Amino acid sequence: MPLLPAEVERIAELSRLELSDDERDSFRVQLSSILDYVGQLSEVDISEVEPMSHSVPLLNVLRDDVAVGCPEGVRQAVIDAFPERDEDLLKVKAVFS
Amino acid sequence: MQTRGNTLRKIIDGLEAGDWSARELVTAYAARAKDGQKGTHAFVDVHEESALAAAEESDRRRAGGESRSRFDGVPIAVKDNLMVAGHRATAGSAILKDYVAPYDATVVDRLKRAGGIVIGKTNMDEFAMGSSTETSFFGPSRNPWDTERVPGGSSGGSVVAVAEGSAPAALGSDTGGSVRQPAALCGVVGLKPTYGRVSRYGLMATASSLDQIGPITRTVEDAALLLREIEGRDSNDSTSLEIKNEWRLPDSLPTSVRGLRIGLPKEYFVSGMEPGVEAAVRAAADRLAELGAELKEVELPHSKYALAVYYVLMPCEVSANLARFDGIRYGRREPAETLEGTYRRSRGSGFGREVRRRIMIGTYALSSGYYDAYYLRAMKVRRLIANDFARAFSDVDCILTPTTPTVAWKLGEMSDDPLSMYLQDIYTVSVNVAGLPAITFPCGLSEGLPVGVQLIGRQFDEKTILGAAHAYETADGGFGRYLPPEVA
Repeated sequence: MPLLPAEVERIAELSRLELSDDERDSFRVQLSSILDYVGQLSEVDISEVEPMSHSVPLLNVLRDDVAVGCPEGVRQAVIDAFPERDEDLLKVKAVFS
Repeated sequence: MQTRGNTLRKIIDGLEAGDWSARELVTAYAARAKDGQKGTHAFVDVHEESALAAAEESDRRRAGGESRSRFDGVPIAVKDNLMVAGHRATAGSAILKDYVAPYDATVVDRLKRAGGIVIGKTNMDEFAMGSSTETSFFGPSRNPWDTERVPGGSSGGSVVAVAEGSAPAALGSDTGGSVRQPAALCGVVGLKPTYGRVSRYGLMATASSLDQIGPITRTVEDAALLLREIEGRDSNDSTSLEIKNEWRLPDSLPTSVRGLRIGLPKEYFVSGMEPGVEAAVRAAADRLAELGAELKEVELPHSKYALAVYYVLMPCEVSANLARFDGIRYGRREPAETLEGTYRRSRGSGFGREVRRRIMIGTYALSSGYYDAYYLRAMKVRRLIANDFARAFSDVDCILTPTTPTVAWKLGEMSDDPLSMYLQDIYTVSVNVAGLPAITFPCGLSEGLPVGVQLIGRQFDEKTILGAAHAYETADGGFGRYLPPEVA
């Protein structure tokens, strides 16, 4: 079942992605065919099957609750990678407006 | 010096014997790597300066009898989704075009501590999404066997580097076949370790429950050498594990497969495979039988759903993992009037089409009302696939399959047909879904292009698949047949 144009727009919005008009059309067809393909999973009998989120069974990997510092060089490199800054502070658009 | 056709073993022995210095090695490989940047395009960046400095230090240590390990002075190429401090890490994406890694990935740190030298970063499909390297923002890499053809992907650049001899070995990452598929298409060895064997710290996550870093090498023995350097528990990756004694690789791999029980899953030999690929893979199985292995048919009844499971789980994890690329803390920022507008514009212009398609599929599958039908269902079928393997491994020691359904195809042939590109992963994804180790190694040529065969092992039993692959390679006369023609 092909996606409707409004559904594509809704997904793009949830994904925080800008699409061009031409992409909106081609993605609608491509995403629909991918969803059709994965739809074959509906024919598998999954009653009484536990979901598997991970292939290696690991539970509660813990460490001591102590802060581990960041080497100064790494800290500076992280700051240098900011797209916009004011000295060591990261500049962003107002979150509440 | 000659770089083509060198093995890691030969490089290491030559350093020990004094046949060459680290400086000579780095000079030769970096020159070859830079040469190829306009042709096969294995490398996004060649780190000539830092690699030469590291080589000089390595040579000084060796002269003083203070080499850190047998790897001291060995040049290695690294896929561009791994962090190498002070150098760009782009993941083949416009959104990270100018991003400089602040720290080393654990695998890189381990190699450096052993004296290994990163000679550059290799080209890849954007954020490891693709099977051809054509989704790289920097343009595709080319297959050294025929430069009109793709090398496979997503670790295409790493594989090309090893195949053409611009690196003696390389690291790649494998989420659904991204080490094995290109290795098969270019005639080299690629290993996807068991999930948890190698730390993922400093690897840009594609799908966290499936990703694993793996070696790409000329020979099976080299893959074992490189795996030993990078494996083991890391406190920065809580999914990495301590290597138990029974999981360790022996110092030298066995050369016999006598008594080894190899399973052939009947579901993998049905249809869709090119005849030339099927012939080469069946011949490899027969050869292993001649060498003393016992071939048994096994059943993996849920195999036909593996690709669908993968193409739900992977995009779901991708949509969450790539949410961090929002133009705020790093990477490309395209300012708009509002904060949300900044997100949408930065991500819209920073991500290529394939990455955006997968983010959208994942977002849709995880959105309200669809979670049970897609994600939860896929996680359940994932267990059925893992159970199939567990059952098969009670009868056999490893499983033999083709690595890819076809040989390398022409550039552009599939680039706007995502679903047909996804079918390339049909034999490789279940290994990631079940968290198993698998190796691909060349087993013949079809239409003059390499064909790979895959051996899948029990969890953490890399020893068995490496041993069997090594025995085959030795009996097959080594890797010499799988050197690509010299590119003028």
